Amino acid sequence: MQDALTSALSHWPQNGVPKNPENWLFQVAKRKAIDRLRRVATQHAKAPDVTYQLQMQEAMKDDIDIRENQSVPDERLSLIFTCCHPALPAPAHTALTLKTVCGLSTAQIASAFLISETAMAQRIVRAKNKIKKAGIPFTLPDPSLWPERWKSVLAVVYLIFNEGYSALHSKNKDVDLCEEAIRLGRILARLLPKEPEATGLLALMLLSHARRPARQAESDIFIALKEQDRTLWDKNKIKEGQALLIKALTQGKPGPYQIQAAICAVHCQAENFEKTDWSEITALYERLYAYEPSPVVLLNASVALSYFQSPKAGLASLSLIAQNTSMQSYQPYHAARADMLLRNGQIKLAKQAYRKALTLTVDEAGRNFLKVMLKNISE
Amino acid sequence: MKYILLIYQAEDAGPTPGSPEFGPFMEGYFGLNQELTNDGAMIAGEGLQDGETATTVTVRNGKTTTVDGPFAETKEMLGGFYFIDCDNLDQAIAYAAKIPSAQFGSIEIRPIMDYGQ
Repeated sequence: MQDALTSALSHWPQNGVPKNPENWLFQVAKRKAIDRLRRVATQHAKAPDVTYQLQMQEAMKDDIDIRENQSVPDERLSLIFTCCHPALPAPAHTALTLKTVCGLSTAQIASAFLISETAMAQRIVRAKNKIKKAGIPFTLPDPSLWPERWKSVLAVVYLIFNEGYSALHSKNKDVDLCEEAIRLGRILARLLPKEPEATGLLALMLLSHARRPARQAESDIFIALKEQDRTLWDKNKIKEGQALLIKALTQGKPGPYQIQAAICAVHCQAENFEKTDWSEITALYERLYAYEPSPVVLLNASVALSYFQSPKAGLASLSLIAQNTSMQSYQPYHAARADMLLRNGQIKLAKQAYRKALTLTVDEAGRNFLKVMLKNISE
Repeated sequence: MKYILLIYQAEDAGPTPGSPEFGPFMEGYFGLNQELTNDGAMIAGEGLQDGETATTVTVRNGKTTTVDGPFAETKEMLGGFYFIDCDNLDQAIAYAAKIPSAQFGSIEIRPIMDYGQ
């Protein structure tokens, strides 16, 4: 796995010119296939390895059969592009996609985003009005608009996933946004075979989601990567994610989703935290920073560096974004800084940083984690 | 569907007449005019005189007030427009992106109210 990654990375073009997406308008499928995938997705968490493989194959085969036997063009892709049209406000993208493509009810979407059903209903009505009045088409975008559009569609799906990921500790068991996002990711990865970023996104979501069972113990406390029981990681999802990532990387059109998936894959590859290949992860974050020079990416790169080199090196890297106002109110910044300070023996400063992180944490499991950290330092 | 494409730009932005960039800039407009005409999408398109030539009129309680200047004093001013007829918003966006002023100003796309509905 890792060899494949390294070799794919070294062969990536510095500035790969995207090839023509000449073949994206061809798929055919039916609701039935989504429903099959939906069933498989909910079952596979419990299913043993072989069953999982068989179910996935069967679901794919079903979809292929439909595609080959009918001449009806696939309308799901047009639908997703309409829901994620840049002329609509960003909050409407996720709401419309979940409603029309995933078939969730307004009440379900409202509860997943922690807003009232009335407010969500208004948001959806306003968006539908704009689609009608402004003439937003129900078609795939023109090739001239394509590069802007497919990226925003992937961003919407990843946003839905992250919403589900961060809401992990909330008590909402009704809708699993992570599962919905993965379902959308499967559709996009299949319908956009010429855009490896779509496959990369699916791999990224699967590899992140695979670790979910280990992120939270029964006692409602967040468990950091370092402390996770890796036997709880979902090996089926990891295998599938890795295979998808390799498939994406071999297309030679790298991008931020593939790189983030590669980072997850390296984590999933390590038997335990100590065996993590931090040099690879640090290199991947550097690569990611070239695409997305954001403080959040630099924060993650600093964490990787703190394990690859030393907590001191990580702290030095963090100081580059210390003045950034958005970082000052960003919980992960303070939590990461606290961890590095602690490992660097700066106990007093570490306590301060943990306290700051605690004031910025809203979810119960995250708060419990930080309280335990603070208690441990004091003892 | 009918759309108006409102061209907003700062008045000191863009190439000035006589500069080497001005020729290609205007040719961009001529090319777009031709394309809109060929596509059967063109209803009208005009450039406007400077903002300082603007006059704003209001009528309150039957009393007409006329003042010098545009309605809104902003850095970006309405500098011209296209009135087009095309299939959908994506087509309108594609035309708007071809307006040379989009490269330093911005184009607001507004669908025309259809009173028949």
